[in-house]
Formats: sequence, C-alpha cells, structure tokens
Amino acid sequence: MFRNQYDSDVTVWSPQGRLHQVEYAMEAVKLGSAVVALKNKTHATIVALKRAPNELSAYQKKIIPVDDHIGFSFSGLLADARILSKFMRSECSSHKFAHGDDLPVNRLMTKVGNRMQLCTQRYDKRPYGVGLLVAGYDDNGPHIYQTCPSANFTDCKAMAIGSRSQSARTYLERNLDTFKDVNLEELLKHGMRALRDTLPNDINLTSKNVSIAVVGKDHPFEIYDEEKTQEKLLLIEGEERRAPAPTIDSAGSGPQPPQDGPGGPTDSAPGVAMETE
Amino acid sequence: MALHLNNWIPGNFKSVPNTGSSAQHDIVQHGWTPITTTTSVLGVVFDSGVALAADTLTSYGSMACFGNNPRILTVNKNIIVAAAGEYSDYQFIRDTIEDKITTEKSLNDGISLKPKALHTWLSRVLYNRRTKMKPLWSTFLVAGIQNDKPFLGEIDKLGTAFADEQIASGYGAYLALPLLRKAIDEKRAKSNSSLTKDEAVALLKKCMEVLYYRDARSHDKYQIGVITKDSIEIQDLTLKPNWEVAKFVQGYE
Repeated sequence: MFRNQYDSDVTVWSPQGRLHQVEYAMEAVKLGSAVVALKNKTHATIVALKRAPNELSAYQKKIIPVDDHIGFSFSGLLADARILSKFMRSECSSHKFAHGDDLPVNRLMTKVGNRMQLCTQRYDKRPYGVGLLVAGYDDNGPHIYQTCPSANFTDCKAMAIGSRSQSARTYLERNLDTFKDVNLEELLKHGMRALRDTLPNDINLTSKNVSIAVVGKDHPFEIYDEEKTQEKLLLIEGEERRAPAPTIDSAGSGPQPPQDGPGGPTDSAPGVAMETE
Repeated sequence: MALHLNNWIPGNFKSVPNTGSSAQHDIVQHGWTPITTTTSVLGVVFDSGVALAADTLTSYGSMACFGNNPRILTVNKNIIVAAAGEYSDYQFIRDTIEDKITTEKSLNDGISLKPKALHTWLSRVLYNRRTKMKPLWSTFLVAGIQNDKPFLGEIDKLGTAFADEQIASGYGAYLALPLLRKAIDEKRAKSNSSLTKDEAVALLKKCMEVLYYRDARSHDKYQIGVITKDSIEIQDLTLKPNWEVAKFVQGYE
C-alpha cells in the first residue's frame, strides 16, 4: 500500500515539505462528480452534477442545506460531507439560539476550517476526504467559499470542484467579469454551461442529474425541484456545446501518487492516488 | 478509572483526580439576595436614536454607599447598555460583554455585534442563570441602532426580554414610566411624530428629578447615554433639586 517513503502518517513530513496523506485526501475530492458555484451581486448559486451509484439506484443527493442562509455542495466522500454538515448545522443553530440572528458566512467557514485542520495534525485522525463549495448570504452580501481537505478555505467569486472540473473552471475564468452584473437567470445559465463543459460529449444535463440551489437577498436557501430544474435547463438547451478542454485530472491518467522526485513537486495536479479497484 | 475524555489524547494514561468538586456539590445554595444595589434605569426611543439614564449610586440596603459607580456601558459603535440591580452582577456581565467584543474585534472581519443580538444573548444568559437558581440580580436595557432604526429592549433577572419605545425598571416603572408614555403620546397626538433628541434628553432629566424626590435609593449624580446612528455620548450630570415642593407633602409625618 505504501507508495512513498513519507506517506505512512498524516503527521509525517516529506523532506520536500509536503504532507502526502493530506494530498491523497485532496485527490478524493477529484473523484466526486463536478460542482459549480458562482455569485452575482445579490445571489449565490450552486449547480451540481448528481451521480447514481448504479442503474437500480436513485441519484445521490448532492446539495445539503445548512440553514436558511447557507447551504453547500461537495465532492469527495459523502459520509465526510454529512459529518461536516451536521457540524455546520449545529453551529448555525446555536448561533441563532444565542443571538437570534444568522451566523455570518465567514464566521462559519472559520469554524469549519479550524475543525478540518485538527485532523491534519494528529496521528490518530485522517483528513476529511471532501471538498465543499458553500453558498451563503449575510449582511455583507452573497458568498461562495471553497474548502479542501488540507483545511484551506477561500472566498471565491466562482469556483468548480470535482471530476473534470478544470473545464468548468476554464469557462468560469473566461466569463468571470460578467457574473457580477448579470441577473439570477443569466447567472444560472453560466453555472449550467460551466457544468456542461465537464461532461463527455455523449452525456447531457438533465433534470435528473442536475441539482440547482440558490440563496440570496430575501431568498432563503432553496434547492430547485425537478420541475424547476428542467425549466432552467431549457434556457441553455440547444446551445452549441463548446468542445471540452482536455482534462488533466481525468481518471485516464492512471494511478500516479505525488512523488518526491529529485526536482521536487512539478505537477500542480497530481494523478489519482487511490486504489480504485 | 475516570479518564477525562474531553482532553484525552492517545498515550496519555494518567488520570488526574479532580479534587475539590464533590464537597462543593454537597451544598447547594438556593435563593440569592442582592447586596450592593442600584436603583431604576430609564430608556426612551427618539426619532434618530435612543437615550438611557441611570444614577451613579450603589447602596447597601437603604444605606447610600458608593456615589460614583457609573452603569452605562458603551459596547460598540451600535450599542449601549445600562443596568439596574446588583452592581457586581452588572460588572460580571460587563466583563463578559467586553470579552465578547475583544474576541470579535480580533476576528477582524468587519462584522460587529448588533443590539438585537446582544438583547437575545443577554436573555439567554440571564434565563440560564435563573434556571440554575442562581439569578444575576440585574435588569439590563440594551439600546442601539439596527438597520438604521433605533432599538430599545429590556431583560430582567429572570430572562424575560422585550422591546419597547420607553422602558423603566424598578421604582422608575411606577414613577417615571407614566411620564415617559405621557410625553410620547402627547407629542404623537400633537404633531404625529416621535420625540427629538433634545426632547428625549429633557424628558429623562425631568424623570430623574422626580425619581430623586420620591425614590429614597436615588442620587443627584447621574448619567445620560445617547446613541444615534453616528454617535454615542455619555454625559455626567448633577441634579439641581428644588425642595420647596417638600412642604406640599403632607400627612406622612
């Protein structure tokens, strides 16, 4: 199982200054289905791709509501995401109990970040194998936060995580400047186009495999039902699909854990480092 | 072996006995009485803010004890708080609130506590304490500006919390509250508007004078705290009583 001399424990440093176990956990994030989140001046939205584990089962729920003003989608281990959602819900609800008001999004993210950091520094724990895209709204407006198993979290204008998400990030980067001033419908169209760019050519977005959530000014966190999702999907139906950008992080590149070569880290996107059999 | 599971880390098998807790748990004191007390506190909302008034006397029972104990607290730029009742309980809450504000400032995220949030928080703290049969023997008025609107709320020692346009605690509820309500109603009937800042301050001064005459635990030195959207001022004032009225009081000799 050991692929590296320095990955036996989360707390073991490699001579290059890397924590391999943490980096492996970050690989788990790339295995989940893609999620896109973006915001304009008034709303934050999440557009996520749902997967069904097999043909007999339903599509897995992909967006988890936390409070009236916060919700998130994730990529990686669902079970870890649920533990974090439990923590976030309890933080939001105890803040609401003590102060009669919504917990500001950045305060919640600080708490989540602190909690996720703990298990990157103790030998009897493992990092959370999940990345979150949190959408929230508070007095400072809409927010998108990205978290990562390394316990880093970032405030974003738009972000995409999950498998083949590089294509979505490319789309978001190209259109980043327009998001701020578009209305909610246009924002969702951008989100759906970004998500569509992560799909292989023979698969399309449907109301079954897409989940959309919106939160904003005077708009409590809402996950669209199938009907409403279909309505939004029709907005981009028939548009010509851009050829998806070649993805570095697709499963085809084979198992390739981060290595401590003589040159140190060279590839910013290390290959899949999990046993997939 | 009772391990302290909260702080337990692998490899640490030492169990440190927690001395000194069981003996204290055998004796539970129910029913607390205030010792060092202050008298009424008043608050009134005006068109652009809120004004609070409280004198600076603390008493041991009926003995006027310390003459310079202010009890109007500036919490942050949105909130002022005033207290009545046991002075040490006010000091305890003041320290706790100051801790809260320091913690919040150190986060440096540009978010500051709002008056309604502090009002709710205080009601939780005081209710929690009364549920333990150890009430903090104080009444608090929370005044501030939230969403550009003035806010005034009271929390009593049982945790009862409410908001109103005029609030007075203790003896003030009998002597000053009718005066406050009368002035507000008259202004509304006359010009369909709220009090101005100057009217509110003048009204509080009048109420403090009436209380000085009739509430035997009151004092001639007092403070008025005024909070508006852009300013907080707390002024120290001294009453100029007119005891000429005393001769009209008859039948109690």
